[in-house]
Amino acid sequence: MQNANTKLTYKQAMTEAHKEEMLRDKRVIVMGEDIVLHGNSELIDMFPGKRIWNTPISENAFTGMAVGAAMTGLRPVVDLTVASFTYLASDQIINQASKLRFMTGGQMQIPVVFRCCMYYNLGMAAQHSDRPYSMFMNSPGLKILLPSTPANMKGLLKSAIRDDDPVLIFEDVNLWDQEEWVSTDPEVLIPIGEAEIKRQGTDITIVAIGATLNIVLEAAQVLDTQGISAEVIDPRTLVPLDTETLITSVKKTGRLIIVDNAHRTASIGSEIAAIIVEKAFKFLRAPIQRVTTPDVHVPYSPTLEALVYPKCSDILGTVNVLINY
Amino acid sequence: MLTTERQCEMYRRMQRIRQFEESLIIRGTEGHLAIGQEAAIVGACMALNDNDYITGTHRSHGHPIGKGAALRPLMAEMLGKVTGICKGRGGSMHFADSTVGVISESAIVGGGIPLATGAALSITVLATDQVSLCFFGDGACNEGAFSEAINMAAIWNLPVIYFCENNHYAMTTSITQSHGQPDIAKRAEAFGVPGISVDGQNADAVYQVTAEAVSRARDGNGPTLIEAKTYRFEEHNEGLEVPTPYRSEAEINHYRTHCDPLVLYRDHLLKEGISEHQLLAITVEVATEVATAIKFADDSPFPDDSSLYDYMYSDPINYPN
Repeated sequence: MQNANTKLTYKQAMTEAHKEEMLRDKRVIVMGEDIVLHGNSELIDMFPGKRIWNTPISENAFTGMAVGAAMTGLRPVVDLTVASFTYLASDQIINQASKLRFMTGGQMQIPVVFRCCMYYNLGMAAQHSDRPYSMFMNSPGLKILLPSTPANMKGLLKSAIRDDDPVLIFEDVNLWDQEEWVSTDPEVLIPIGEAEIKRQGTDITIVAIGATLNIVLEAAQVLDTQGISAEVIDPRTLVPLDTETLITSVKKTGRLIIVDNAHRTASIGSEIAAIIVEKAFKFLRAPIQRVTTPDVHVPYSPTLEALVYPKCSDILGTVNVLINY
Repeated sequence: MLTTERQCEMYRRMQRIRQFEESLIIRGTEGHLAIGQEAAIVGACMALNDNDYITGTHRSHGHPIGKGAALRPLMAEMLGKVTGICKGRGGSMHFADSTVGVISESAIVGGGIPLATGAALSITVLATDQVSLCFFGDGACNEGAFSEAINMAAIWNLPVIYFCENNHYAMTTSITQSHGQPDIAKRAEAFGVPGISVDGQNADAVYQVTAEAVSRARDGNGPTLIEAKTYRFEEHNEGLEVPTPYRSEAEINHYRTHCDPLVLYRDHLLKEGISEHQLLAITVEVATEVATAIKFADDSPFPDDSSLYDYMYSDPINYPN
């Protein structure tokens, strides 16, 4: 079976990562609300007994319990169900998980994974549609992963479970059914902190955050027909960020766009723009642009919701402005 | 029942907390002092094994000392020195000491309650014979984390003891102003767990109820909520100036005069036949320990500037080190 590939959806890749890591290490447990849903039911059948904990609706305490369990020998994976529930859990994520290794002078390790599922673009209105990864970037001590494909999901989730620090991994429901050939080798991991250059190019760097990768690659193809060579980078890990790959690319292309489905202010796009201005200012041939969801809550009405997320045409328009700057 | 030797150890640990903190008052070092609450802390800790876990609170000095920690790394931590138990990264409110099972002390009120419950989950999954004990104050009972965590410990029968040091004031707010049910032990019934109230100034009584709760937990019979009624003799923290008094001088004097846990336990041990000479020897030995700890802390260096980024990540990637 080594070196073999199998076709998996994003959601199946998630389940496979759990299965492989739970088989590999008895200390890995899974906990969260309504654990029977979202691909976890297979795990319940495979791991009867004390490996799966279906919790009451108590995000603050079960998140803290996972942290306490991580400090005392387990490697918990917490399914926080909907990304906006991380706010209820954020006291334990930020005040305890992110800080305790530091505050105890390294006495404690916190090997815990928080899975945060983003349900936006589904008509669920503002309280179930958040993409809050950038908010957690301002709290050092966490690692933040954003898988954009089935292979990235499997490889990054496995790395997260094996990591000795607290990791937030943001899943995108819009990618659940996307399929890809994924390695069946349980030792194939995607390293934390390494961006992937999805497409080489020379005229402009487009950084695709999470699921925007699909429209960014689509835009790059269109640009190719127009004689514009776009380099597409998926950072995959927001913290730690692979700044070297981003800087190297912008030094080559001289132009940068960051595309992100999250809100605009104080975001991963803002951070990448700041880093490039600090480290590669003299290579820039045009101002850096962010193509993001504007700072408005996700509306329920489908016609309004359709307005908020970045589209391929937004990217093409912005590229044209920069090329002709 | 405790042996004479264990009773002397109880007295020794209570003396350590008292003298450790009195030395802080003398030096003018700011901190949240547990003076007055020693019997509740040590009585509970003496019912635990060395490898049992505890979590504590911002009033953090007493918990590791009660669990048997060495004083030198704690005093050095107090002063922010590199030889401190947390390498100078935690300080007065965060005396975690893994050598004695103190996995964390949280300055976020109630923050340690889920952590201790999670440690009990580890014990259950890994099938060890440990227990986990969680110290918290009366104020923490009004945090959601308290109710959420006890509920989960109850449904999963976790080996955890919820130990409330009820000193009747959450900083300046009296329990009568903030608790619909000021008898905290009664809250246990709502979660289907035993709730026990005990005189927190009586070390042997605290030990007894905690030992029973520990046996229950070790035997697989789940959590217990213990409320030890106690009193903080000093201000919420040394150096805090409160312009309007929130507790009367008469009340404070009553507790200091009639409910000092060290005086009460000393009298009790004398009645039990332990000699005045033995108790004096313990007091003097502890005074030497505290003096040695202060000298060790004073002589220790501050952390090196180059170590600023240490302990942030186990495996720093693209991070200064």
